[in-house]
Amino acid sequence: MEQGGFFFQALVYLAAAVVAVPIAKKLGLGSVLGYLLAGIIIGPFLLGFIGEEGQDVMHFAEFGVVMMLFLVGLELQPSMIWKLRRSIFGLGGSQVVITTIIITGIAMAMDFAWQTSLAIGLTFALSSTAIVLQSLNEKGLMKTEAGQNAFSVLLFQDIAVIPILAVLPYLAIEGIVTDNSSSSHAATTWLDGWPIWGQTMITVGVITTMIVAGKYLIGPAFRLIARTDLRELFTAASLLLVISAAVLMTMIGLSPALGTFIAGVVLAQSEFRHELETDIEPFKGLLLGLFFIAVGASIDFELVANQPGMIAGLVILLMVVKFIVLFIIGYFFKMGLDKNMIFSFSLAQGGEFAFVLLSFSTSNSILSNDVANPLIAVVAISMALTPLLMLFNEKLIQPRFGTLEKEKDADEMNEDKKVIIAGFGRVGSSIGRFLQANGVYATYLDLDPDNVDLLRRLGLKVYYGDASRKDLLHAAGASEAHLLIVAVDEEEKTREIIETAQKHFPNLKIMARSQSILASYKLIELGVDRFYLEYLDSALRMGADALCQLGHRRYESFRAIKTYRKSIERFLHELSGIHHDRTLLISEAKKKLQFLEESMLEEKESFHKEKDLGWDASGLIRDFGDNKIN
Amino acid sequence: MKKILILFAHPAFQKSRINKILIRGLQNMEGVTFHDLYQAYPEMDIEVKVEQKLVEEHDILIFHHPFYWYSSPAILKEWQDLVLQHGWAYGSGGNALKDKLFLQILTTGGELKAYCQKGYNRFTIRQLLTPFEQTSNLCQMIYLPPLVVHGTFSISKEVVMLYKKHYLELLEGLRDEKINLADLESKEYFNEYFNVN
Repeated sequence: MEQGGFFFQALVYLAAAVVAVPIAKKLGLGSVLGYLLAGIIIGPFLLGFIGEEGQDVMHFAEFGVVMMLFLVGLELQPSMIWKLRRSIFGLGGSQVVITTIIITGIAMAMDFAWQTSLAIGLTFALSSTAIVLQSLNEKGLMKTEAGQNAFSVLLFQDIAVIPILAVLPYLAIEGIVTDNSSSSHAATTWLDGWPIWGQTMITVGVITTMIVAGKYLIGPAFRLIARTDLRELFTAASLLLVISAAVLMTMIGLSPALGTFIAGVVLAQSEFRHELETDIEPFKGLLLGLFFIAVGASIDFELVANQPGMIAGLVILLMVVKFIVLFIIGYFFKMGLDKNMIFSFSLAQGGEFAFVLLSFSTSNSILSNDVANPLIAVVAISMALTPLLMLFNEKLIQPRFGTLEKEKDADEMNEDKKVIIAGFGRVGSSIGRFLQANGVYATYLDLDPDNVDLLRRLGLKVYYGDASRKDLLHAAGASEAHLLIVAVDEEEKTREIIETAQKHFPNLKIMARSQSILASYKLIELGVDRFYLEYLDSALRMGADALCQLGHRRYESFRAIKTYRKSIERFLHELSGIHHDRTLLISEAKKKLQFLEESMLEEKESFHKEKDLGWDASGLIRDFGDNKIN
Repeated sequence: MKKILILFAHPAFQKSRINKILIRGLQNMEGVTFHDLYQAYPEMDIEVKVEQKLVEEHDILIFHHPFYWYSSPAILKEWQDLVLQHGWAYGSGGNALKDKLFLQILTTGGELKAYCQKGYNRFTIRQLLTPFEQTSNLCQMIYLPPLVVHGTFSISKEVVMLYKKHYLELLEGLRDEKINLADLESKEYFNEYFNVN
């Protein structure tokens, strides 16, 4: 068996994921746990398919975390972050500081030097962005208060990594065996050799450049690429963008995750937001899965088996301390009990940054390998336990307090109901503007980059993308949306969009623009009841106006529009069954239209037709007429 | 068990604090069909046949509406004009409504004291409602006194809840035939029935 081969490795990782994740999901354990279990199973201590190279895979897969932060950034408008500032710095700040102090204290009590203790404290204060965000997302908790607060804390931790990395080298202790093999994280950067003020200037300069580029350069560049109409080129450009942001940040000594996060936030308002999301998402998912597998595989069970009591004790100690600190902070920030539970359970683990910081510490003579190795195992196990703990909270603890988010008053206006408009040409934009005038802000998708650009300059939030693609509809919010308005002008595209939506988002109500009578029959066949012949209404209004010009009574003419339109719509339904047979269709349609014309005419001329008899005095005249009134 | 049809008409329902409370839950009440006219016919294009069939299926007809200009909102007038056809509702062969009960649920900004000879409205509600009473009479229906919510601009939520309670009691009482119609004969308002009991 040739274990080193790339294909064999790919086979092992992919097979493990494909088998383990669906089983874990089926059992209600969530995908994160599935990946972790897959990792443990194929790891060196069970099946042994992957060995030491698991570490390299983990470094590679950490890029999944970087991509995830880019996507998180994309979801966040700068105004959102401003709103979250209190929880980012308040919650996040106090969590990092208090946890660091307590864990440092505990380590010192275990007779470690204060430098070592502080390093451990700082390392363990951080939680796992990857596991927490993925799990919260999967449970649909990201938009809740608990989810937002957890996210704020993680964001602060990501920022805190930078000063921690800067401080650690000063904690070096003489005499500790150093291991310089993993010094890659202290790679050379543009900042080397500059005094502090120069470093600050470079950092600020690079970040400013990134923001300006994001605002003014990326848009036109992507528009050019979109015009080539090559899907894979757009994907390549998206990846290039994320990787550039990560590399740029590494060059100035900041965490790549923070860099892509900033890039994401800058692009959150761009018209390419949904398209970027769609393109990056699968890469993120795969890499993140790989990362979780690597974490599972990296748990050193030999070490655990040798000192099971100590490892278990440390894991429990770590998680209990973190949980209590989070819970108390949550309490002071006035979170409800149930929300605080979700918040505290989700963040009570060591994070992927711990792996980085621990190896950084050993290479900087702060920790010896003997200390670092069990700690790595502790972090990995605590990460693996997190999805279980969240499940435990959800199934056993939450039901006891069970308030969760309060139900909304049924009479509140449905402001949360979302609308997606596919196709933002003449029809789509008229619908959209009308909705906006009534306080409904839809998400607009359009395929023509030039049109998107123009509309954006008019101040409309239009996104570039193909609404017939499931992933794009998903990114536009189709799974939570209430209504999909299909207003594109090609018949074929209309059908594609509707089929995609019906297949993947069965709860989405669909309204469709119909280009012609024949197109309407096809829409009826697709099961779309709400279709709108694009020309019918204005044609009938013109017709009614024409009647008025000829001296007909205005009210009567405009009432006739309604009768006529309703009849036409009824005929369309009645004729849709036979529309494949052209001859039959034509003769039937002719009959129906003739009947409609005759009946409307008759009604107009005669008082004895059934319609609107209430306004018709002929019955009265018969009863009370001639003899009595005369 | 009698079946009740409520024809509800309010052109600016979203702004009506009182009516939101009053109608909440009526849609799901057993034996009650709640028919929101402005919601059913946004273009006032009332379907006469549909409406007539609906009325025929019920025993009690209720108009629930704000008291606009001493009458009903326009759609309810349109409904009467079109649906109450000669030969169906009245006149020769017009017996579709015979012996059904008819009453109104009204909301009005004016206080009770405004609706009397010395008040600024100069007439009582019952006097102002005589066109409805006579319509009901011509259609051979049994006219019951109206339940009137007064002072809608200023009443507190507690008072509205009390009205709502009376409204529900009225619906249940008529549906289950627990209200003795003879008790109502002497009453100006349905309100008095609850205040006495």
